[in-house]
Amino acid sequence: MNKTLNQRAWWLVLPVLLLVAFNAFIPLMTVVNYSLQETFGDNVFFWEGLTWFESVLKSERFHAAFLRQLLFTAMILAIEVPLGIAVALTMPRRGPWVSVCLVLMALPLLIPWNVVGAMWNIFALPDIGLLGYTLNSMGIDYNFTQQPVSAWMTTVVMDVWHWTSLVVLLCYAGLCSIPDAYYQAARIDGASGWAVFRYIQLPKMKRVLTIAILLRFMDSFMIYTEPFVLTGGGPGNTTTFLSIDLVKIALGQFDLGPAAAMSIIYFMVVLLICWAFYTVMMRNEER
Amino acid sequence: MTVTRSKQWLVPTFYILFLMLPIYGLLTMSFKTTNEILGGFSLFPNDFTYENYAKIFTDPTWYSGYINSLIYVVMNTVISVTVALPAAYAFSRYRFLGDKHLFFWLLTNRMAPPAVFALPFFQLYSAIDLFDTHIAVALAHCLFNIPLAVWILEGFMSAVPKELDETAYLDGYSFWRFFIRIFIPTIAAGIGVAAFFCFMYSWVELLLAKTLTSVDAKPIAATMTRTASTSGYELGLLAAAGSLTLIPGAFVIYFVRNYIAKGFALGRV
Amino acid sequence: MARIELKGVRHAYWTAPGQQPVYAVQEVNQVWEDGGAYALLGPSGCGKTTLLNIISGLLTPTDGTVQFDGQDVTQRPTTERHIAQVFQFPVVYDTMTVFDNLAFPLRNRGAPESHIAERVRQIAEMLDLENSLKNRASGLTADGKQKISLGRGLVRSDVNVIMFDEPLTVIDPHLKWLLRSKLKELHQQIGVTMIYVTHDQTEALTFADDVVVMHEGTIVQVGTPVELFSRPNHTFVGHFIGSPGMNVLPCQLENGTAFYHGHAVDVSNPAPSGLDGKMEIGVRPEFVRFAADGIPVRVEKVDDLGRFQIVTVNHDGDIIRLVVEEGLEIPSEDPRIGFDPDNTLLYRDDWIVDGVAQ
Repeated sequence: MNKTLNQRAWWLVLPVLLLVAFNAFIPLMTVVNYSLQETFGDNVFFWEGLTWFESVLKSERFHAAFLRQLLFTAMILAIEVPLGIAVALTMPRRGPWVSVCLVLMALPLLIPWNVVGAMWNIFALPDIGLLGYTLNSMGIDYNFTQQPVSAWMTTVVMDVWHWTSLVVLLCYAGLCSIPDAYYQAARIDGASGWAVFRYIQLPKMKRVLTIAILLRFMDSFMIYTEPFVLTGGGPGNTTTFLSIDLVKIALGQFDLGPAAAMSIIYFMVVLLICWAFYTVMMRNEER
Repeated sequence: MTVTRSKQWLVPTFYILFLMLPIYGLLTMSFKTTNEILGGFSLFPNDFTYENYAKIFTDPTWYSGYINSLIYVVMNTVISVTVALPAAYAFSRYRFLGDKHLFFWLLTNRMAPPAVFALPFFQLYSAIDLFDTHIAVALAHCLFNIPLAVWILEGFMSAVPKELDETAYLDGYSFWRFFIRIFIPTIAAGIGVAAFFCFMYSWVELLLAKTLTSVDAKPIAATMTRTASTSGYELGLLAAAGSLTLIPGAFVIYFVRNYIAKGFALGRV
Repeated sequence: MARIELKGVRHAYWTAPGQQPVYAVQEVNQVWEDGGAYALLGPSGCGKTTLLNIISGLLTPTDGTVQFDGQDVTQRPTTERHIAQVFQFPVVYDTMTVFDNLAFPLRNRGAPESHIAERVRQIAEMLDLENSLKNRASGLTADGKQKISLGRGLVRSDVNVIMFDEPLTVIDPHLKWLLRSKLKELHQQIGVTMIYVTHDQTEALTFADDVVVMHEGTIVQVGTPVELFSRPNHTFVGHFIGSPGMNVLPCQLENGTAFYHGHAVDVSNPAPSGLDGKMEIGVRPEFVRFAADGIPVRVEKVDDLGRFQIVTVNHDGDIIRLVVEEGLEIPSEDPRIGFDPDNTLLYRDDWIVDGVAQ
């Protein structure tokens, strides 16, 4: 799009800037403050420079949690994005079923995250939950509290169940925004269903798809409540993802310094990956 | 479209079935006693009971939780979408100093784990005397909801060709009249989606809502965590509370469904 | 190439049960000859896009039939009618190059690549696009994109009719006439039936051999630009065509003579006696003159447009316009006007008397 140069556009953006910056600035400064200091209580702080950053980056425990997190995020993105697109494409666009579909699909998104974790906890328990009971009665030895693989599978399926609808809703809305003329032109040009998807739908969905992918990446990379309630990070620490580890350090051991440093590193990683992905996706738009 | 038309409906059908199974589990749990839940597996409550729901509807700490949550969530959704609309328009149609950086910066506000903000927010909102108010939570949630709303709206706005604006101006529309009567209906799908997501994220957000409130504005999510810790694990009650949280959100999505599913009719301007 | 015939076509968009249907198109009977260049002209909302979509098959009419070369295609889908359509907003496949865009319809129908390459080059040359074939379609300007849309229609040799739905809406004004002339040129080269829908009379009158004027869902007149100008069948056509449009003034009929505020007016189509209804006279500003023995008027405004002047006068509340040569002196004392009898027409209930009446 040919954008016009207009500095007065800043007025349109000002309310957003004020509201967000108000919330962002002070906490940010607080965290940076803590990350560079040491405290033994009583609000007395000692300057430590970059010590905490070093120790976090060198810690094996951090590496392990980081890798687990990467694997988890990769898995759920690989499942949720194609599944979401597929469902969005096949959902009806007109007629009575639209409302039914939209409402039912939105339900998993609306459940408070601790309830999601608790639900799946019960759901997956071998003797009392629908899933656990069914799997075990089919002969599969399934126990997510003791088997790392089962724990991982359950966590992944829980997340897919919880969040795929976000991808579906975004893609669906994007699809509905494609002007009729494009479909009409495609009919006239004799295009097949696959061609319509590849040349009209997918390109037009690029923006919303980018939002969906970035959102899922960020949210899954910072995921805390659901897996914590489901597995507590276990068995052992096999499902201890980055956020869970961070909270353990900060609240469990009350090491504010390392926790703050870890938060900043955490933030930087997410920032970098998002920035890279965003730049690649948006590069084609700059013409 | 990609699959043969006749079999197409299978995909959303199986997906919805997949989604409904755990929800069925949740609903049946809400009608069981805690003993029955922990005792063993049963597809349908053997001992059907309303006591969980009764507790919620009669105990003020429970139902006021719902009302509080509703209040600040609606406040937040309205604020977020309202300020996001002009900003998204600016990002979509204009170039200005620092526009690309500002746009990305907005997104970065969603990249920090919420736990990081808990303590500073507590200090900040107490300092300006807004602790334990609905507006405090509504404003705090702006941190991550406004960037999301701007992002989604900008995406939809950029799909509308600029020629639409120009044709309207040629036909004599003033900026605001064009914006309200022509532009907003055109991006209705985006507004529907943005509003729903703001509602959803604010509704389920636990940590900040708990931190910034104590009694007056205590949200439902906070009341639910209390169940899990103090009075033991009252699963039936938790399930009932969880089921009830579905209702407002279902209303919201039902309300915006027309906006989401609305086709883009390239009408004459 | 095909001869398209519409018989008894009516269309109402979805009506709520229990309500009277509102017809966007009411009772259209029209033949579009093979190879003709037609314009479908009318204001916004008159039903022209509906009619266009009925012809192309994107819409099935509530009543009536559409025939291509004598074959009933009313229920046939768009792909079987072999038509091409250019829309108001440029529709191109953004991710493809210009070449691939033009090749798309042929590839979908399984044509061999060698044939495709040849045909695409041919069409690209016709449209002056041969230098941009390797570029991405999304990078072109609006007029370039419309040319691609047009090209996709031309590239198929089995096209029966090409339809244009206000295609120049988003084109820069100074490029509009270029594209219009190109369309006319193409029509003469290829000879395929073309139907051009627009609300702009300049576009319609310069492009078409025959203009179909629509008003509120019906076709009010079909004719050459000259016919529409000199003998409008309907007061709407008189208003709409010409700049400024025809003067339409109320009159009384007495013993077969038209009287305008008591002044007798000679018309070229006198009415049979005993005619009643809303009577009006229509006369184009080009045929209103200053006459010493005419109807007294008050001069309100004179617009000097260089080669001619538009004079706006007022008689008893009626606004009348005259087009006179440049340099003509406007009488300042007791100005009077007269109507050229050969170009003054009588209308009854908006339709021309004695001409193609309802």
